[in-house]
Amino acid sequence: MAEAAATANPKNSSAPAPNSFNLRRLLDAITIPALSILTAFLLSGFVIAFTSPEVLALLPQFWQHPVELLTTMLKTVLTAYAALLQGAFGDWGAILQGFQVWLTTGNSTELLRALRDPFESLVAATPYIYTGLAVAVGFKGGLFNIGVEGQLFAGAIASAWVGFNIEGLPWFLHLPLALIAGILAGAVWAGIAGVLKATRGVNEVINTIMLNYIMFLFTDWLLSDGGPMRGNAGAPRTPEIYPSAYLPRVLPDPVRFHWGFFLAIGAVFFVYWLLWKTTVGFEIRTVGASPTAAKYAGIAVGKVFVLAMGLSGGLAGLAGANELLGLNHYMVAAFSPGYGFDAIALALLGKSNPFGVLAAALLFGALRNGATRMQSLATVPVDIISVMQALIIAFIAAPEIVRWLYRLKRPAQHEQEVFARGWGA
Amino acid sequence: MPPILELRGITKRFPGVLANDHIDLTLNQGEIHALLGENGAGKSTLMNVLYGLYHPDEGEILVRGNPIRMTGPRDAIAQGIGMVHQHFMLIPVFTVTENVMLGDESITNGVVLDRKKVAREIRELSTKYGLEVNPDLYIKDLSVGVQQRVEIIKLLYRKADILILDEPTAVLTPQEADDLFQVLRNLKARGNSIIFITHKLREVLELADRITVLRLGKVVGSADPQSATSAELARMMVGRSVILSVDKEPAQPKAVTLAVQDLVVRDERQNIAVNGVSFQVHAGEVLGIAGVQGNGQTELAQALTGLRKVESGQVTILGEDTTHANPRKISELRVAHVPEDRQADGLVLNFPVEDNLVLNEYYRPPFAKGIVMNFDAIQTAAEERVREFDVRTPSIFVNAGNLSGGNQQKVIVAREFSRDIALLIASQPTRGLDVGSIEYIHKRIIEKRDAGVAVLLVSNELDEIMSLSDRVAVMFKGEIIDTVNAAETTKEALGLLMAGVHEPGASPQPQTPNAQAETLDEIA
Repeated sequence: MAEAAATANPKNSSAPAPNSFNLRRLLDAITIPALSILTAFLLSGFVIAFTSPEVLALLPQFWQHPVELLTTMLKTVLTAYAALLQGAFGDWGAILQGFQVWLTTGNSTELLRALRDPFESLVAATPYIYTGLAVAVGFKGGLFNIGVEGQLFAGAIASAWVGFNIEGLPWFLHLPLALIAGILAGAVWAGIAGVLKATRGVNEVINTIMLNYIMFLFTDWLLSDGGPMRGNAGAPRTPEIYPSAYLPRVLPDPVRFHWGFFLAIGAVFFVYWLLWKTTVGFEIRTVGASPTAAKYAGIAVGKVFVLAMGLSGGLAGLAGANELLGLNHYMVAAFSPGYGFDAIALALLGKSNPFGVLAAALLFGALRNGATRMQSLATVPVDIISVMQALIIAFIAAPEIVRWLYRLKRPAQHEQEVFARGWGA
Repeated sequence: MPPILELRGITKRFPGVLANDHIDLTLNQGEIHALLGENGAGKSTLMNVLYGLYHPDEGEILVRGNPIRMTGPRDAIAQGIGMVHQHFMLIPVFTVTENVMLGDESITNGVVLDRKKVAREIRELSTKYGLEVNPDLYIKDLSVGVQQRVEIIKLLYRKADILILDEPTAVLTPQEADDLFQVLRNLKARGNSIIFITHKLREVLELADRITVLRLGKVVGSADPQSATSAELARMMVGRSVILSVDKEPAQPKAVTLAVQDLVVRDERQNIAVNGVSFQVHAGEVLGIAGVQGNGQTELAQALTGLRKVESGQVTILGEDTTHANPRKISELRVAHVPEDRQADGLVLNFPVEDNLVLNEYYRPPFAKGIVMNFDAIQTAAEERVREFDVRTPSIFVNAGNLSGGNQQKVIVAREFSRDIALLIASQPTRGLDVGSIEYIHKRIIEKRDAGVAVLLVSNELDEIMSLSDRVAVMFKGEIIDTVNAAETTKEALGLLMAGVHEPGASPQPQTPNAQAETLDEIA
């Protein structure tokens, strides 16, 4: 019976100090996400292959020309992924060449054009960082904030209002003011759901969904013909904000990369510090892990709900402000392509850890940006990225599948991450 | 006739641990065999081997004389072996019938579940064994004792005749435990064989036909319940002599620390749970609150510690009115609270031991300066508390949920007793713990009393109340029916009071219909 000991589950595995760096812990933490991404890429390859016209044309002749079909499939997928990578990380040949031209002639046009793609990935990642953090903070407090999209809209509207209504301020006052307006608007909008949960026990999932609808329709009304924030242009949009409220660009046109990215990195460190180094974070995490024990420990659970929701909404509002002050410079009706909803996936992928969220956001930004190039070079629809993201999340959510696929052992210390305590549980 | 079940030389190793070391055990038909041992002695591992959840590294299992190889619970069930786990495997939103048929569904017409047939069988089993259960009720509406009956019915429905019960009384009130014992005797009388796992000595002596004692994964001996004594069994179990009664000097009560006046508290269902209770606890004495579970003790302790709203009346701690104070305010008045439900209230199971050791002090110096926490100070304090209170944990970074129940309780005790306290409110401080841990925690409580702390002890264990308290207040239906001097009373007298029988000649106690209904429900 000696062969049967594999199921053993050691009880006294000693855990290392959480503060000290430990490679094994890090590997343990990223194994499942990394394999999920890999598997999603493999499966998406099939989707790309079987939606390609060339492959479909060859399919009926599979038995006559199996090799040709397989090579065509492989070629299609590799072409698509090559375009995706080039779009995401740039064409390094062109960048080097641009450098040469710049050094020899002093003309930077070619270099900047080549640099646009890799920096655009960071531009695309920035709102993901904010919104991913927003959802992660909620998860840590046991709250499922589905309203990040609406809070993002609130933030964008508020910073637009500050941006085009106040004239003549120097940038070092105007820009912070516009950013703070965005944070506050998002925080207040999310705070409504927090207050309702704390005082009336209303489920925040339902509430934030409803608040989303209200904010979307509110935006439509603001921008409608004769609406209070309608600009002069014929389109449903606000006036342009004054340049003093712009988040400044780091490099000249056509590189859109702006300082909002560095602000987002700052937000990552801030959230990490707040959650793990302060009493505020301790309270949020305690309420998230066990509301009953939090109450016993003297934590005002209701206040923490409002605070965590406000913090989450503030980060979401900052995402809106970032997009508006850094890129659009005016508010439009369909302002966001769903950053607030993708953020849920991001927070899951990043295991609600700020640095995990940062990594996941960089990945999603690169995929989104690379997909545009993939569409133009390899005629693969951008939507394949949504398929890929969905697959990544499906695998993250079902780690047993990944473990089974790659024959991984269960982790020794069974650690279940608490995300949210929704649905009255 | 061969024994109905025989374990020969069962050995099970985990990395670094020899959980079972060549264990031999026999179970004869129609007997109750008690398996006695402290937490971590290897009882549960052995039963999981028997139930097919673990494969033994060595040894064999014989059922009715035939060697059996188990690969899972289904094999065990097929052999007629059934297990009632300590934590029930029931679905709260399903009815009793649905839970019983789960995994073994009775189906008609190919697709339709035949609930009626199963319900009828449940009723038959109920009457046959005295297991009163209404098959149409939802699990979530049943008391813990009744839920346990459902677990037993599940096994009988599957035709199990070898029953394993893992710490079955840990979650029960004394009354429910007595009911369970009666059920087990009925089962035995009808030829079923039972393995009863426990660390409670009294139960073993009362119920078992044979006793086997495990310690550190080995069988250290067996005993005959007719002749064995509690002290002998405790010594076998712990490996040294255990002081079952607590040595303590007479109390030196001083000033009033906690004063409660006409307190009224409602429970979750808005029924009156505490009905006009008044008492005082002095510094340097232990006031025990005795009573059958569900007579308002839980709500009383919650109200005093700020976890439950006070309807009317007044609570004064060290001269300050804390009737409507929040838990933080009360804790800052130097009040320690060992909560009844240690896993829900007392600990954050997903947090490391170190965080749990400062759970209600994390915001104060030296653990925090402003809002910035000082983790060096927390670690230092945690290491010290773990050492001083003998918490058995691989490190302070292990999650509290990974510790055994006894060590979880020690974490709470370490946290609450390390503070400078004037009042200790301890609810069921030793529920579910092994003899060694109970002895330890009792010693600590008396130490605190002798240091001048006022102690309010709420416990369903009459032994605990008797050995620790200086005065005993008995709660019945939300009221304190009498307060007696612990040295001048007997267990029998307290038992009568707990059942609501006041001494003859005394005026009958007024009754609240709501509280009464609930109590009757518990007992039924």
